[in-house]
Amino acid sequence: MSIKEKIIEGLLLMCAAVSILTTAGILWVLISESSVFFRKVPLSDFLFDTQWTPLFADKHYGILPLVTGTLLTSFIAIMVALPVGLSIAVYLNEYAPKSFRRTVKPVLEILASIPTVVYGFFALMVITPFLQQIFPTMAGFNALSPGIVMGIMIIPMISSLSEDALYAVPTSLREASYGIGATRYQTSFKVLVPAASSGIIVSVILGISRAVGETMIVAIAAGQQPRLTFNPLVPVETITTYIVQVSLGDVVQGSIEYQTIFAAGIALFALTFILNNVSFYIKKKFQEKYE
Amino acid sequence: MSRRIDYNRIQDNLFRIVGIGCTLFGLLMLGFFLYSVISEGWPRLSAQFFTSLPSRKPEEAGILIPLFGTIWVMVLTSLISIPLGVASGIYLEEYGKKNRLASLIEINITNLAGVPSIIYGLLALEIFVRILGLGKSLLSGSLTLALLILPIIIVATREALKAVPKTIREASYALGATKWQTTWFQILPASAGGIVTGVILAISRAIGETAPLIVIGAMLYITTLPSSPMDDFSVLPIQIFNWLSRPQKGFIINATAAIIVLLAITFILNGIAIYLRNRWQKKVKW
Repeated sequence: MSIKEKIIEGLLLMCAAVSILTTAGILWVLISESSVFFRKVPLSDFLFDTQWTPLFADKHYGILPLVTGTLLTSFIAIMVALPVGLSIAVYLNEYAPKSFRRTVKPVLEILASIPTVVYGFFALMVITPFLQQIFPTMAGFNALSPGIVMGIMIIPMISSLSEDALYAVPTSLREASYGIGATRYQTSFKVLVPAASSGIIVSVILGISRAVGETMIVAIAAGQQPRLTFNPLVPVETITTYIVQVSLGDVVQGSIEYQTIFAAGIALFALTFILNNVSFYIKKKFQEKYE
Repeated sequence: MSRRIDYNRIQDNLFRIVGIGCTLFGLLMLGFFLYSVISEGWPRLSAQFFTSLPSRKPEEAGILIPLFGTIWVMVLTSLISIPLGVASGIYLEEYGKKNRLASLIEINITNLAGVPSIIYGLLALEIFVRILGLGKSLLSGSLTLALLILPIIIVATREALKAVPKTIREASYALGATKWQTTWFQILPASAGGIVTGVILAISRAIGETAPLIVIGAMLYITTLPSSPMDDFSVLPIQIFNWLSRPQKGFIINATAAIIVLLAITFILNGIAIYLRNRWQKKVKW
């Protein structure tokens, strides 16, 4: 191999290594800044204190209210996206004519390409006023409206990943089911969905992970009040919103307020890292079941 | 027995309705969203809106500066992320297929693709803004977005390279071409359509991003157009977020008008990508 070829390979490898540097950079930044934070605040306070008030005079550093806010909005999102997305997947895969499927799929994909700040507008200005007519006590900022809107955003992700999983079920299973006289509904939900369950679970976990890390929708429409509650009608604050809130203010770099966003960031990173890797594990483990 | 069959049939037809309903729900929501934005923001889209600086009076404010910022960010992010991403994709697919380093990079990229965008903002705040001293500049913002979309470009490049059949490679090697000559003169041109599609989709993702830019501090009141990559900047999504957080109705209308502009750019980019993908798939039949 000539020297020129070696140099080119080396350059390409250096480009590929940028991704490793990115991961290393993320871990280093999160760990180094939050280690300073954890020298001032005991880990037990961070994990078990039920109040998060770093920006007030009476400071508490319990991450729980931000975690419950994050989980509440994500849970609402998945309660919208899973039934709708899975129904779309089953319908397009088993019921709909091919031409309908070909037209509808790209149009649904548009939902996934809309910038999240635009979804934030819908949540705040369209969905919240609409929901307030149903629930008159609902606050202007709440978990329900951004949750629903995040769910709508995630629908294409769930439906497209679930559809791939349903499509991958061997035809023999489908034919056997129709052969013994099952209806399309029975074939879909008693044979195909169970057979494709690992793929569907993966789509749900990735959907939750996406919702947990989503920032703009909740920053615009969920409010900025860290609150340990599962009431979807009152203002809450998610981990991501807190980071935005601090970034918008004049927080002195190096102060403990500044370090809290890295501590919140590490909690967010850990949460999505676990979710993503559980989904990789399920995908790997069950991938070859029918091959 | 026949009642059981009737029940099954009704159940089957009921789900057909549920399925159509859910599909329509998605489509209707999309239509409803677009309608609510266009009906409110369309009248505001005048020449004045495109050419005005920010203002405390909503009817005098415009998107000149964020629109320029978005174009700047688009160009800079492309310049940084395309060479890096395509080169990484080539290395992983053509060169380092079997070694351990390549598989480590691969796992790493899959994980990076799932990292929330706001975390990239924290990375950039510490590394680009503070340690490298780039400040809240266009360059900081573009570097951040470039890292964010790198996994998308790498994956798209690999998919496109994978689609090139072995015979092309073997024919090139048989003529005595080196590995790089094969890659540069045969494989890259053959996979260009797929790579370009992926790149455009990634760029369209980048210009819609808000959160990481807020974290690096790009939420500023700027009254001059950026003239170099080291200048402060604003982009459309940030301007929209800014206007949405004001109480006056006039600013909300401005936000919807800016949303129309942002959506138009996003949809045009996506449309070009889909067009190229279809053309490429039709043209290339190995």
